[in-house]
Amino acid sequence: MSAVAEHTSDVRARGLTPLWACSAVAFLLVSLAIGVLAGPVDLAPGAVLESVAARLHVPGATTSLSPTEEAILWEIRVPRVILAALVGAMLATAGATYQGVFRNPLADPYLLGVAAGAGLGATIAIAYLPEGLRGQRALPAAAFVGGVVAVMLTYAVGRSARRERDAATLVLAGVTVAAFFTAWQTFVQQQNAETLQQVYAWILGNIPSTGWSDVVLILPYVAVAVAVIIALRRVVDVLSLGDDEAASLGVDVRRVRLVLVVAATLGTAAAVAVSGLIGFVGIIVPHTIRLLFGVGYRALLPLSVIVGAGFLVLADVIARTALAPAEIPLGVVTAFIGAPFFALVLRTMRGGSA
Amino acid sequence: MSAIELRDVSVVLGGRAVVDRVSASVAEGEWLALIGPNGAGKTTLLRAIGRLVPFAGEIVLDGRLVAELPRGELARLVAVVPQEPVTPPWMTVSEYVLLGRTPHLGSLAKEGRRDREAAARALARLDLLALRERRLETLSGGERQRAVVARALAQEARIVLLDEPTAALDIGHQQQALELLDGLREESGLTLVAAMHDLTLAAQYAERMVLLDGGRVAAEGAPADVLTEALIAGHYGAAIDVVPVGGRIAVVPRRRAVNRDG
Repeated sequence: MSAVAEHTSDVRARGLTPLWACSAVAFLLVSLAIGVLAGPVDLAPGAVLESVAARLHVPGATTSLSPTEEAILWEIRVPRVILAALVGAMLATAGATYQGVFRNPLADPYLLGVAAGAGLGATIAIAYLPEGLRGQRALPAAAFVGGVVAVMLTYAVGRSARRERDAATLVLAGVTVAAFFTAWQTFVQQQNAETLQQVYAWILGNIPSTGWSDVVLILPYVAVAVAVIIALRRVVDVLSLGDDEAASLGVDVRRVRLVLVVAATLGTAAAVAVSGLIGFVGIIVPHTIRLLFGVGYRALLPLSVIVGAGFLVLADVIARTALAPAEIPLGVVTAFIGAPFFALVLRTMRGGSA
Repeated sequence: MSAIELRDVSVVLGGRAVVDRVSASVAEGEWLALIGPNGAGKTTLLRAIGRLVPFAGEIVLDGRLVAELPRGELARLVAVVPQEPVTPPWMTVSEYVLLGRTPHLGSLAKEGRRDREAAARALARLDLLALRERRLETLSGGERQRAVVARALAQEARIVLLDEPTAALDIGHQQQALELLDGLREESGLTLVAAMHDLTLAAQYAERMVLLDGGRVAAEGAPADVLTEALIAGHYGAAIDVVPVGGRIAVVPRRRAVNRDG
């Protein structure tokens, strides 16, 4: 059996290779740099680096930026870029997770009704809450609650299913709940026509320039959700064999799926609460990684975190600079640049995988 | 002690008893063929043994009640090779076979040296080491079938359940696959339970047979006792001849028209 001993070290799963990890991190760092530097006020890269060094308490480093520039950098640009990174990382990772858990290449983070629920929550907040209340705090909270309630309802409806149809039934239940919530949302919106524009703006998605408060708001959700998903990435590979085979390999399929879906949903609901509905990221980022690297979930999931963050930071740069001082809705940008880019990747790559 | 003990096992699906009070036992190291017409309950019985469908009655594996075993422990006792296994196109052969190690890992762990050794042994046994980096979508049907068996072997379970292991294979690959399973059984004392449609192949390899019809055991015993013209006519509605071949038997379908004329 010497051949076996000789080859044992070659028998391994393709995890995250250093090359891919470094490329992805480099992409993220470049995106972050562009995100911080781009804007109506020119900040010199050198001065920004000095300011960052000073903030990190690097010995001897002092900032050469004016107090106004410091404020622009640390109270507007950096939090907005970090917020975009968190939302992008969450949506891409949740999309990849849903695709794995439901073995459906078209699954996106909104599959189980989180978008429709959040949309209803946000619309109700905009339509019924007094002007003063609906701003910073109430709208995200209402959207978050709406999203979570919708997914809980989806689970409750799906639970009546026979065990062997579990995944498919959940998806159908999600479609049902989403249709119901969307109808309700449309009704509320119709009854309160004066709020149309505000609701519409929310639905198209954007990363708000609200300083650190939104970052602090969603960071715990995104951190926990991503950590749970990354920790379970090998199991997602097992789930791609289907429920039966995963079960016969000793996986408690229902429990694992519940844990993964709860993590992805809570993270997505938090992201949606601050940024509205940003389509496409959850589908486009994982599929681009798949097409480029042809990998399984154990590499795809961590790569989705990093690339998703970089992608949305770049998209947000375009959203706020292309027609400055006006902003283009971020959901429009992600689809507008994402779709042609993905078409290009599809054309270039030979033989894909889902 | 028998490897598998079935006591009054029933499975009800959609209000119908697909498996109806089946009792049987399989000795350690034995090859048992489950035969029977379409819809007889062969697949469902295999799924019950792997606890993939809810069942009534008792299933005992190595002296332990299946219903009470934690999933992971059950998966270390019994490997299941489904009739149409899912083989994700992007997965490499190594990755696929390593998934067989899942029952030996915690849900947060990754494969260690022991797991890679087990996978390498399974790959070597199935002659797949050279293909280990290939993606599953690039394999031929026969190679893919070997990868599926390699995954089951890497699982290192003492009992392997196979649902129509040769259905998708040509006669050469059928023989190869069954020879291989038989070799593994002899070498490592695996217990094999296989649902089989091809009665001649079943007679060639299995030591014992259970004939299921309508979810019940219609006959049980050595191939020569089960594969009789009367039993096959009664349960499959087929007219056959049983001919001796090399110490075992073969089942040959008889054309009715020819029979009438003759």
